Amino acid sequence: MKVAETMVQIPLDIEKIRLDFPILHTTVNGKPLVYFDNGATTQKPLAVTRAIETYYNTYNSNVHRGVHTLSQKATMAYEEARTTVAGFINAQPEELIFTKGTTDAINLLAYTFGKKFIKEGDEIIISAMEHHSNIVPWQLCCEERKAVLKVVPINENGELLMDEFERMLSDKTKLVAITYVSNTMGTINPVRDIIRLAHARKVPVMLDAAQAVQHIAVDVKELDVDFMAFSGHKLYGPTGIGALYGKLSWLEQLPPYQGGGDMIKTVSFDKTVYADPPLRFEAGTPNIAGAIGMAAGVKYIIGIGLDKIATTERILTEYALERLSSIDGLRLIGMAEHRGPTFSFVIGNSHPTDVGELLDQQGIAVRTGHHCTQPLMDRYCIPGTARASLSFYNTPEEIERLVDGINKAMKLLKR
Amino acid sequence: MTIKESQDKIIDDFALFEEWSDKYEHIIQMGEDLPAMDPKYKVDENLIRGCQSKVWLHAEFKDGLLHFTADSDAQITKGLVALVVSAVSGHTPADIADTDFYFINAIGLTGHLSQTRAGGLASMVKQIKMYALGYKVQQAQKN
Repeated sequence: MKVAETMVQIPLDIEKIRLDFPILHTTVNGKPLVYFDNGATTQKPLAVTRAIETYYNTYNSNVHRGVHTLSQKATMAYEEARTTVAGFINAQPEELIFTKGTTDAINLLAYTFGKKFIKEGDEIIISAMEHHSNIVPWQLCCEERKAVLKVVPINENGELLMDEFERMLSDKTKLVAITYVSNTMGTINPVRDIIRLAHARKVPVMLDAAQAVQHIAVDVKELDVDFMAFSGHKLYGPTGIGALYGKLSWLEQLPPYQGGGDMIKTVSFDKTVYADPPLRFEAGTPNIAGAIGMAAGVKYIIGIGLDKIATTERILTEYALERLSSIDGLRLIGMAEHRGPTFSFVIGNSHPTDVGELLDQQGIAVRTGHHCTQPLMDRYCIPGTARASLSFYNTPEEIERLVDGINKAMKLLKR
Repeated sequence: MTIKESQDKIIDDFALFEEWSDKYEHIIQMGEDLPAMDPKYKVDENLIRGCQSKVWLHAEFKDGLLHFTADSDAQITKGLVALVVSAVSGHTPADIADTDFYFINAIGLTGHLSQTRAGGLASMVKQIKMYALGYKVQQAQKN
């Protein structure tokens, strides 16, 4: 596939879209920036930074507690943001809890669900490709409740062994918590099958959708998923904001997570009556600007169209796969049939940090290390990888720069 | 060569390179020239904290002088530790403890290194100083 040919197939005017992202026109180490660390965080369009600026400059105020105009305006914007983000995944606003991010959302669920539903000898199922945020909270939960954490293994291509998963499901299973898309390998998991199999045993499922919602249209009703966690900053919004979706019937049963303002109905020293979901889980002053920014990110994506984003990213993925495979000695970690635009690789015996640093010298930003998936690195017996994760604002020319950059780095590293 | 002379030589060497790639090539070469570390010293106790890649540093005290050997699983890191070690190895603990590693700034490495790498370099220097101070105190107690 040639660059020109690829550009013809892409349904988006990438150059026009790139104008929305000032950072994409900056230089790093004297070279035009190539940003391929979108799996860690995406860049922010002007629509997002302006929404945050407008909030702070024109109606900054606390929410849910003031009768004055600014507070009412802020409350309205905050709750509108909830409606927007909920609508994006086809959820009701009361089913969407704003959190600090995916990690916070999973911790919230692990704590509250564990407290209410997990007892000694129960089992929770995760997978071998989870990032630490979807491992450690469940480990903490299992330790506290004397429950057992089960891990679905993967094959060499980085795909879940679904037979093993089916075998693991039992009457002891109380929850399945699995990632929708692997942050390291880009594997898209068969979440429909996972949910169907779990539900057949009346086991609820939580999806970690941090690497999914920006690439794939996700409809929680259609999926019939029970809980879902995702972040604002990987969705072209700001950091420090994310969401936990939960079916209302589940959320209503969960106890509060943290105590403090906004999560109560009434407080007396004898008894506190907690607010209904989602406010029950949003103690203290929330990240108002974050929620408004996240909603602006979501609106931006909706404006472009997730179908066009998905098609663009699929074409870029195919192009990157072909070009990266042409590099001598480059080994892709994870070759799942269904995959997103994320490529983890090792080259010969080179250390990923060496590769990453030499790419950085050429203005190319990739992630290096274990990507907070240490068990997965152990699975492949590698210290880490270099990871290039693409977004719809990346171009085939940038993929060419990556390939050239890797070749140049390899010449220096000579092994 | 005194420690100061070693550092000045490193600075002179780097002054020859204009391209970032030449600087890195030189660093990687320094790593390749670093004498091999005895595998028995490549243990967790000798690992330096604060490095993304693994760095082992071992100190040996002989005839009043402190000798360092080091290794890393990453080539650039190995080159960096080689630079630091080559500047001070074979000197007295007192001299090493008093050393200001001015060459690091002078060769413009800090500007080029990633934050994590720069942190790792600082950890190497700190560990070298810790060894030197330890032996310096030991010597003082003996005298």
